[in-house]
Amino acid sequence: MMQEIILQNLPALLLAVPMLGAFVTPLIGRAGGGARNLWTVAVMLATLAIAIVLTAQVLTSGTVVYTFGAGAADLTVPVDSGGIPIRIIFTVDAMGAFMALSASIVGLGVMLYSLSSASRSTGQNGYYALLLLLVVGILGMVCTGDMFNFFVFLEINSLAGAALVAYRVDKGVAVEGGLKYAVLSTLGGLLVLFAIALLYGQYDALNIAVLASRIQFTPLDQIALVMLLVALAMKAGAVPMHFWTPDAYSMAPSAITALLVVASQASLYGVFRVVFTLYGLTLDYVTIGWIIIILGVLSMFVGVTMALPQKDVKRLMAYHAVSQTGYMLLGVGVGLAVLGNQQLLDTYGTIAMEGGIFHIINHAMYKGLLFLTAGAIFYRTGTRNLNQLGGLGHSMKWTMVFFIIGALAIAGIPPFNGFASKLMIYESVFLFNPLLAIIAMVVSILTLASFVKVFHAIFMGPRLPEYADVGEAPAPMLIGMALLSLLVILFGVFPQEVVDILIAPAADALINQGGYIASVLGGV
Amino acid sequence: MFFNLPFIVAALLVILGIITMLIKRNLIKMIMGLSLVEAGVNLLLVSLGYRAGGIAPIFTNAPAGVMVMPTVQAMTLTNIVIGIATTALLLSFVMVIYRMYGTANANKVRKLRG
Amino acid sequence: MNMSKIVREAANLLFPFILVFGFYIVLHGHLTPGGGFQGGAVIATGFVLLFVAYSYPQITERIGVGALHNTETLGLLLFIVTALIALGFGVTFFTNWMLDIGPILNNPVAFGPNPGDLNTAGVIPVMNLAVGIEVLGALSVIVLYMMSGTKETI
Repeated sequence: MMQEIILQNLPALLLAVPMLGAFVTPLIGRAGGGARNLWTVAVMLATLAIAIVLTAQVLTSGTVVYTFGAGAADLTVPVDSGGIPIRIIFTVDAMGAFMALSASIVGLGVMLYSLSSASRSTGQNGYYALLLLLVVGILGMVCTGDMFNFFVFLEINSLAGAALVAYRVDKGVAVEGGLKYAVLSTLGGLLVLFAIALLYGQYDALNIAVLASRIQFTPLDQIALVMLLVALAMKAGAVPMHFWTPDAYSMAPSAITALLVVASQASLYGVFRVVFTLYGLTLDYVTIGWIIIILGVLSMFVGVTMALPQKDVKRLMAYHAVSQTGYMLLGVGVGLAVLGNQQLLDTYGTIAMEGGIFHIINHAMYKGLLFLTAGAIFYRTGTRNLNQLGGLGHSMKWTMVFFIIGALAIAGIPPFNGFASKLMIYESVFLFNPLLAIIAMVVSILTLASFVKVFHAIFMGPRLPEYADVGEAPAPMLIGMALLSLLVILFGVFPQEVVDILIAPAADALINQGGYIASVLGGV
Repeated sequence: MFFNLPFIVAALLVILGIITMLIKRNLIKMIMGLSLVEAGVNLLLVSLGYRAGGIAPIFTNAPAGVMVMPTVQAMTLTNIVIGIATTALLLSFVMVIYRMYGTANANKVRKLRG
Repeated sequence: MNMSKIVREAANLLFPFILVFGFYIVLHGHLTPGGGFQGGAVIATGFVLLFVAYSYPQITERIGVGALHNTETLGLLLFIVTALIALGFGVTFFTNWMLDIGPILNNPVAFGPNPGDLNTAGVIPVMNLAVGIEVLGALSVIVLYMMSGTKETI
């Protein structure tokens, strides 16, 4: 009975469990820190378990729809509504399930890591509650099938994220980063809402599937598309709207930065969902595809060149995050640019999209891992300045190993996961336009150079006297990092399996707009 | 023209808000600009649901005729609630910054750069 | 800083009326314009009136921050648990499971102009109440924290 209820309500529980966890956390916090830590980890584990079961369900039996407030989950269109879904509907297809899975894996790693990284600060009840709310925001964004609902979760995501960036006040500097992040994401959120209003005014619907089946690409639709793209690309941290990323990423506690990466990717998912599922073939896919490709190339190049001269290790990694976002935009943009041409799509478009999507989960893993190692170094030494660090390889061996894994993965060196997805992007983009592939490879080399420099500055050299009593990072931090590096290696050694099981269905789900519409409205 | 007036005002409010955010250097005034943008979006939403001569959307025993759209009103209310949370968060940030830096001038609140 | 005695007495006098009016808006949310958020905001203005009239230490003596936090949590829990109970009835999350069940709630809405009964809309009044409690706690906490951050706390 219980099992049946859980299996029937997976999409709702995916949000309800962390939300309930967040609300109860302050109460349990009264009972003591240990009980609260146990509770939050248990909630996160439950969320991950639900995400895994949900993904399995989506992969075996197709898109899962969930209608809130209805007699049954699949009653999307009420009998007396005249064929219009009036309720809020969650539409979890392979792409959404994939994003939810990667978000909850990183969420668990971050939660374990936080047990020690946040243990010295005050106000931990609020920290964990906000952390769970941020997870709720991300999961909601990737699961929902309703534009307004998407906006609401985007705002939950922004608010919880901004509050967490400013969590460690740090003489006001962190608050400055948080303020920048909050102002920009609020403005972005309002632009999204404006676009939703334009769409609603024309098509009388908020459900993505209904909108997609009616959309005409009128001038108002074009304005809405531009607003959605600008706002979501800004939240995803793509150049030229990237200026908040280094500030927010470097000032947030490291655990939060790892999760903010996933939060940005949820916005990236929003970009893909809007162009592929909402507009689909009605939009001028060659132009929009090229715009996304150019955004991607700019992000790759500007990100990595800005990263090279940085002195603050987290600021440097933040610029690399901008640069890696470019790869995802490039891969998926190439797929969009050939969307209407089935032959080109089969030759390289699908592979490029799979590469871009594969890079999303890979990036979440290795970038999260790198931010966590940076946090461990900061936790032990109290500085993030590369000029002051040095010789830590003697005392923080495990952290060094995890850093090497993350750095090689981000630079695209086999056998780590970054190589697998980058290779897919290189090969397919080369067929599309050789110049783009060459830029992508050059950026990879620059990334490697930058990380060799960082590695040398932090870990190599003689043991410095001021860090003589620095020890290894505490066990919960190492477990969090180990979880992510295990996945980095696993995805790197068995890329084909991962692509076949997770990535290919996700790319198909994006391309197959008709399937998405049919799963909500029924019929074809 | 007359029926388009709410939409024009909404667009004007959004543009005015963005201009305020760009040219004002005081953080509080920038947040006021953000609130203006929000007001413009809210106005757009509410005016989308307006039907000339429409009645309140209560279905029980309703007389024949048009009703105004309730969905956009619910959306506006949600956005107002979100807006209150955002404004409170932003203002608390500005309070902390003012206490730590001694200024709320955006030109001087620039410790993060590079 | 304390305001003058006139302001304090007026705040004391007005506070219960604001409370009653706020809860009226909350409880009649499904019958008249209003609802949880609006009513909660009205109640919170009552609290803010007290905060303005009295000095910060006097306020925290009478109204604990912890109590307001508890109110907030209670509201949130009531809301999500009400939504979760629907799963036990074999329907989906947020379904109105209290509609037309039991001796009290089995009260279909009457036709024609009527004053309206409180026990009509199933879970909607419960959720309005939950939201009202949550909002009154949250908004009061925000104002209280902002007061504690200013210099006029003495």
